[in-house]
Parts: sequence; structure tokens; C-alpha cells
Amino acid sequence: MIKFETVIGMEFHIQLNTKSKMFCRCDNYSAEAKPNTNTCPTCMGFPGTLPVANEKAIEWTMLLGLALNGKVADSFNFERKNYFYPDLPKAYQITSSTNPPVVGGYLDIVTSKGESKIRINHIHLEEDAGKLVHASNGNYSLVDLNRASTPLMELVTEADFRTPEEARVFAENLRSIVRYLGISSGNMEEGNLRADANISLRPVGQKEFGKKVEIKNMNSFKSIERALEYEVKRQTETLSEGGTLFQETRGWDENKGKTMSQRSKEEAHDYRYFPEPDLPPFKPKKEVIDRLKAEMPELPSEKRERFEGEYGLTAYDAMVLTSDVELARFFEQGVEEIMKKESKDFIPKESAKKLANWTLTELLGRLNAKGISVKNSPIKSRQLADLIALIDEGTISGKIAKTVFDEMFETGKNPEEIIKDKGLVQITDTKALEETVDAVLDNNPKSVEDFKAGKAQAFGFLIGQVMKETKGQANPKIVNEILRKKLS
Amino acid sequence: MLSKLTLEEAIIKLDSKEISSEDLTRSVLSSIENKEKDLNAYITVDAENALNKAKLIDTKRAKGEKVGKLAGVPVAIKDIISTKDLLTTAGSKILSNYIPPFDATVTKKLKEADTVIVGKTNMDEFAMGSSTETSYYGPTKNPRDLTRVPGGSSGGSAAAVAADETIFALGTDTGGSIRQPASFCGVVGLKPTYGRVSRRGVFAMGSSLDQVGPITKTVKDAAIALEVIAGKDKLDSTSVDMEVPEYSKNLGKSIKGMRIGLPQEYFEGLDSRIAENIHKAVERLASEGAQVVDVSLPYTKYALAVYYIIMPSEVSANLAKYDGIKYGYSAKDAENLMETYLKSRAKGFGPEPKRRIMIGAYALSSGYYEAYYLKAQKVRALVKQDYEEVFKKVDVLVTPTSPVLPFKIGEKMTDPLQMYLADVYTVPVNIAGIPAISVPANEVMDLPVGMQIIGPQWEEEKILNMAYVYEQNKEVS
Repeated sequence: MIKFETVIGMEFHIQLNTKSKMFCRCDNYSAEAKPNTNTCPTCMGFPGTLPVANEKAIEWTMLLGLALNGKVADSFNFERKNYFYPDLPKAYQITSSTNPPVVGGYLDIVTSKGESKIRINHIHLEEDAGKLVHASNGNYSLVDLNRASTPLMELVTEADFRTPEEARVFAENLRSIVRYLGISSGNMEEGNLRADANISLRPVGQKEFGKKVEIKNMNSFKSIERALEYEVKRQTETLSEGGTLFQETRGWDENKGKTMSQRSKEEAHDYRYFPEPDLPPFKPKKEVIDRLKAEMPELPSEKRERFEGEYGLTAYDAMVLTSDVELARFFEQGVEEIMKKESKDFIPKESAKKLANWTLTELLGRLNAKGISVKNSPIKSRQLADLIALIDEGTISGKIAKTVFDEMFETGKNPEEIIKDKGLVQITDTKALEETVDAVLDNNPKSVEDFKAGKAQAFGFLIGQVMKETKGQANPKIVNEILRKKLS
Repeated sequence: MLSKLTLEEAIIKLDSKEISSEDLTRSVLSSIENKEKDLNAYITVDAENALNKAKLIDTKRAKGEKVGKLAGVPVAIKDIISTKDLLTTAGSKILSNYIPPFDATVTKKLKEADTVIVGKTNMDEFAMGSSTETSYYGPTKNPRDLTRVPGGSSGGSAAAVAADETIFALGTDTGGSIRQPASFCGVVGLKPTYGRVSRRGVFAMGSSLDQVGPITKTVKDAAIALEVIAGKDKLDSTSVDMEVPEYSKNLGKSIKGMRIGLPQEYFEGLDSRIAENIHKAVERLASEGAQVVDVSLPYTKYALAVYYIIMPSEVSANLAKYDGIKYGYSAKDAENLMETYLKSRAKGFGPEPKRRIMIGAYALSSGYYEAYYLKAQKVRALVKQDYEEVFKKVDVLVTPTSPVLPFKIGEKMTDPLQMYLADVYTVPVNIAGIPAISVPANEVMDLPVGMQIIGPQWEEEKILNMAYVYEQNKEVS
């Protein structure tokens, strides 16, 4: 049987969260707006209106380009893509794919098969269309132009993906980067980040590409991978059975777990592109590019390396912590709080490790379970740092800390307050603890005998009993010392 | 008759309170009332609002309140320029019910100058034509000879100015649409440098060519009007941030030693009587001390061909928004979306826009784009270069505005190519984006003849001064 190689290229539409729209100064944020209220004659395509480009959107496109090692074009221009549709009020979309603002670039990604370099063809900037709302009886459709002229970046990769997983990981990394740059929320479910894929199969060793199928409607990272896996399977089966593939567009149906044919190549449009005469070509200034480079925030990969080196985190912890800009920010704020508390200009690696553990296992788990974003976490970085300091100081034990943490998560209260209110302060009074130890030893003669007979587990049991007596508030280190002394 | 006043005279008389804006406006309105049945220069006359505005200005003046630069002067605006709450049709059925929700920047500037907008003038449909015959609202007649066309596409504006149906008017010029009707009607028409005047609110025909300009009774009036409408507009990215000179104060400078170029290509294949008259006019300028030299613009012969690729290409996109969905005419008998598009556009557009949409869509089609649009853009650069070279040698160029005298109504309607050729001397100027003015020269058989003075980019002052010197020294024929 012939073995096939999968070839995938991706196109991403990234909605920019600029204050105003791409070609007019209407509010770019319409989530709560009533239909057709965030509009003006320009984005509604009234006669005589002219586009005025959003400089910020252009800068942000260049910023993403620089972040992805691309080249900002010496000159680029907008152009008109002509087609009729009721959600496109001018009957042309202003885009910039022919002479785009950013050319080239790449992103290194890590998947289960190792590291791969995905090259970027270009990034261009364009305006979004409005939205059609179809009546349930099918008798009419309504047009909402709130979204019309929202700035969209389109990032087109080379056909460098060989597995569906690579496509998903690239998409996740891309979201992470746009969020680090603060230029988009990159949310696939909300449509701020949209992905289309071109996928084809070819016999291993063959240079020419096979028949390309475009996959649309993948609305989550998971569905990118699922849809492409399905398509690999479908195409492999078709080819193996001697069937023919068609160049077509297929839509991913999340519920059915299938791609369905939408249109064939024969129906392809001629968009009659030509340079937008209303917008003179842009020549990005060197000063602007230099400024963007200087202002470039630390990117996920850089942050990950630093977390490993500076804080001594494991590669995995560093990767998870840096995958989301808010999470990384949460962690670093915690680091700063701890340094402040300890009056140090560095953080001991044990403290960093502890902070990472609490953040990743306790906090993130609870946030995810409740569907709360890190930004809206009921526990703030400072509070988590306080909690860790309380453990380090011996005020509470690690075990009590979990109880305190739960309470903090529920109420948002400071740990000191919870400890005080609930009387959870650790018992470090040696005299008091000695009394408890004596009582435990008196009540458990069998265990004492076992220990003396060489059964080490008996020691653990006795510590457990002390902890139980003190409702977990005893300082385990001190209990350990007392017990050892008394049993020797 | 007050309506005969020039803009310059009207300002002086209004400022000195010798006349009231109400009287002046009434005089203009009565001209309209008397002549419109013959001329059809207006699509909309807004008499009531005009009178109210005139009275308001008179009251302000009486109270000594600050008023705008052109306070109380009646103006007519070509019906392709948006006027808030006032019907603006572009001479087309497809916009026959379109009331703009905003003012064009030039309209705003006229309002800020406290002019009195009397109405919206007739024009070729979407400014496509050289005779004002393609208007959905019927042709405008030439006030000098009612059997002849007033030129176009700003024929309504030119006729209104010539017939004292307004004090001055605004037109638009994509390939000669201000200068040619000014020439045909015996008035002054100025097309500024591309980017000098904002296009915001002007319904686009050829976006890289369109420019708004004044049509006036005198050269000085054109200078005064340009001062008011020119300047960078944040809402038009192609408008340029250049200082706007006080054009009207810089007129009448000696032209001694100025070099006038006569491009040979502009004196070939035209009505010899027109050529003769332009030569006579140039002699007058020479007698004022100008040096006259023969020059050549070898790429000019390609300008019309370039124009009829680039303009329709832009038209095909610019007119696509008129789809029967959002505003304007929408076919009632459509069964679905596609029918709405097809029927609305089939019934809403006249033959000339349709012709240009089809030419443009063809020129931009995949497989033809390189051969037509891209090639045309390259030749456009050469035409532009031609002018840049020649302006190293001369200060201005003088040519006829039109190769023909005002023609008879209906004469060229059946032959689009003949109609296109009427713009052969004006189109290259738009291709190059430079300024030009048409000023009345001596007449031929009682029909007006316009002299076109072309200047380098941003040098409106030069052509205005040259035109002014000619106007002041013109021999009475």
C-alpha cells in the first residue's frame, strides 16, 4: 500500500482589538451593542464616504510580523476585492494581500514529534464584513453592520504542517503571541481568531502537491486537529481505494465529526482586485519599526526560557505558565510579591517552585473547573504569595494551607484573615506539643512497642495521631523532633 | 438685476449692506423661475431653505454678528456632492430617492462660509458624459443656444452660472467635467490639483481622478471660491496637507517673462476656428510680456486610452454599492437576492454607467488585468512624467479646452466614442493630477470658446494669475 504524506497550510484571521474600526472611527467593540448602532456612513458604505486607515491596526500588524521574525514591507498598499453580498456594504472589501505589510517569518513549535519550523508567507490587513441574521422561516435575512470594517489580520503560512497536531499547536501558539502583544483576544470560540486549512495528501517522496481541499468552520483548537485528522483519514481512504479527490471547500461539522463539501473550484469568484485609489500606498517609517522593536514585549518562548533559567522551573511548568499571558503575569506578580516580602532582588528557586505548584495545580485547576479566567481569579497574586509566606514562616502547615486556599478561592479573603477567624494558626509551642505527644504515646503503647521493635511505619502513625489531636495545626517539624527525642 | 452680480461684487455689496442676502437670493430664485423651463439646469431647487438662510444671514449682519467669508451669497452644488437632508441623485434613477445623512466636506465648508445653497444642479448620470444628456432628469440646455448642449458632466452648474441662476457653483471634474462645460457656456471653470480639495461626500466616479472645483463668472470668483473649499481633510486620505494660498489676493501680477508652452499635440485635428482663437488669446498674453514656446507632450496621445481603462475600472467598483439593498432605487418585483441585484441595477442605471461598469469589470478581470489596468497605470506614469518634464521648461501650458464648439443636443448621443473625444484636451490633466482652468476666449459664431491653462502640481496660483491677466486684457470681439 502506498504511504501518504499530509501537507497542510493554514490561514488565520485575527480580529484586532483596536479602539476604533479599520477605516472609520466607530467603536470596534460591539459585543453588547444593538444591531446597526456601532455604524456610520463610512462603514455602511454610503455614497461619497472614504476609508481612513487605522494607524494602530497597521502598527499592530507590523508588530505581529516582527514578533514572528517577518519583514515589514518597504511599501504596501490596500486594494479592493470586489464581490456582491448584503453584508458587504461597499460591494468590495478593502484588503492588502497582493502587497502585504508583512512578508515572510516563521514560528518554531513543539509537538509530540518534536520541534518544527513553520514558515509564514505573509500577514496582511483587511476589514471584516457585517453579519447576516437569517429568519427562522427562511423568508428574509437581516443585515447587522456593527462588525463591518472591524480590523482583521490575515496570516498565511507556508504548507509546512505535516500533522494535524502541528496545526493545532501553531494555532495555540499564535493565540498566545497575539495575547502577549495585546493586539487581540485570540479567542476562537468567540471568532476573534478564525482558522482555515488547506490540506492535501501526496505519496511519500513525491514533490508535487496533491489536490488541495480547503477546510472551513473549525471553531476551536481541538476542532482544527479533529477536522484535519478526519480529512487525512477521508483522503487516505479515498486514494487508497483508487478514488479521486476534488479541489473543493469543505466545512467541518463539529457535531457529526465530519467535513462536508461546500463548493467546488468551478464556482470560484473572480474578485477583480485592484489597488485602492482612496488610500495612498503606505511606506512604514524606520523610526516606527525601530520603536515597535524596542517596545516588543517578552514573547512566550523567551519567557519560557527565562522561567526555566531564572526560576529553575521544569520545562513543563514553564511552558504551561507562559502559554497564557495572564497566567504568566499572575505568576510574575507573585514572584515580585515574594521578593518584596523577603526584601530580596531575586527569588529563591524553592519559593518559585512552590509558587508555580500552587498556581498550576491548585489555582489553575479550580479556575478551569469553574470556567473563570486568570484575570478574574478570586485569589490575587499577592494573596497567593502571602499564603506561601505563611507556610514558609511556619504559621500554617502545608495541609492547613489547602483549607485556607479553598476558603480564599470561595470568598476572596486574605489568608491571614481566614487563619485568624478560624483559629488555624500552627502550634509551635514546644511545651504544649510535648503534652500532646505524651498523651498520644500513653494511648498507643502498641505502636511504641512496634517502633522500638524496628517497625518504622509506626513513627509515621504516631505523628499522624498528634496531628489529628491538634486538628492538623501542630508544626510537623517540631512534633517530629519531640517524638524522636521521647522514643529514643 | 442682482443675480448678474459676480461673487466678488456680491460679497462687497453684502458686506457693505448695500444689498441684502434676501434680495440677492430672491433675484437668483426668480432667474431660476424664469429660465428653468428652458434650461433644466437644476434637479432640486431648495427655495425655502435658501430664503431662510438668507434672512438669517441678513439678521446676523444687522446685529453685527460675525458671519462667514461668503455670507449670504447664493451657490449651486452639483448633484453628486452630498448635502445633508437634501436630495442628492448623481443624475441617476438609482439614487432618485437618496437623501444623504451627512454633508460633503465641501458642502460643510460652504455652509461654514455662510453661503446660501439654492439647489442641486443637473449633470450626466454619475458624472459620465460630456453633454449633460445622460441625466435621468433630462438634458440641460446651453443658455447661449437652447438647441445645444451645455457640455458636461457639470452642465447644470455651468448653465446655472452662465444664466445667472446662481452667483457661483461647484462642479466635479474627472476628465474635464468642470472645464468643458465652463468652456461651452462661456464661464470660468477650475479643476484644482488632485488632493487639493476633499472628495469626502462626493460620490466617487474615478476615485484617482475626481476633483471638486468652482464654476464662476470670473477668474477672481474662482480664486475666492477655491480659497473656501480647498485644504487637507482628515476624512480624505488623498487630500494633501499643503498650505492654501490666498488665491484671490495674488491676482494681477505681471506675467512678464513667464513662459507659456503651446503643446503641438493639442492643436491637431480640432476645429480650426477654435485653434485660431486660442492663438489670438496667446498673442494677447505675449503682448503682456509672456514668452511663448512650442512644446511637445508625446505621451498625451495615449491619455484618453489610459483614461478609458482606469476610470471605468474604478467606476466598476465604485458603482457596485448601488445594489438596491441599502438605499436608493430597489426593484420591487425581485424574488430573491440575485434578482434584487440584477433588476435594481438593470433598471436603476442608464446606458452610460452600464457601459463603463462593463468595460471596467472586463479590464480588471483575471487574465486581462495585466494587459489593461496594469498597463494603463504604467502609461499613466509616463503621461505624468511628460508634464513634469515640460514644466521644467515652461510655467504654464495653454491649449483649447475643447476641440469642438458646443454641439447640438442629440448630435453625439448615439456615438459614445465621439462623445469621449470631446474630452481629449482635458483628460490628460486628470491623468496627471495637475490643475487647469478654462477661461472664456473670443467666441466663434456667437458660441463660447474656452482657453485651457494648465499648471504644475499645486500651482493653482500661476494658472489663476495667467487666466486673470488674460481676462482683464481680453480684446472685445
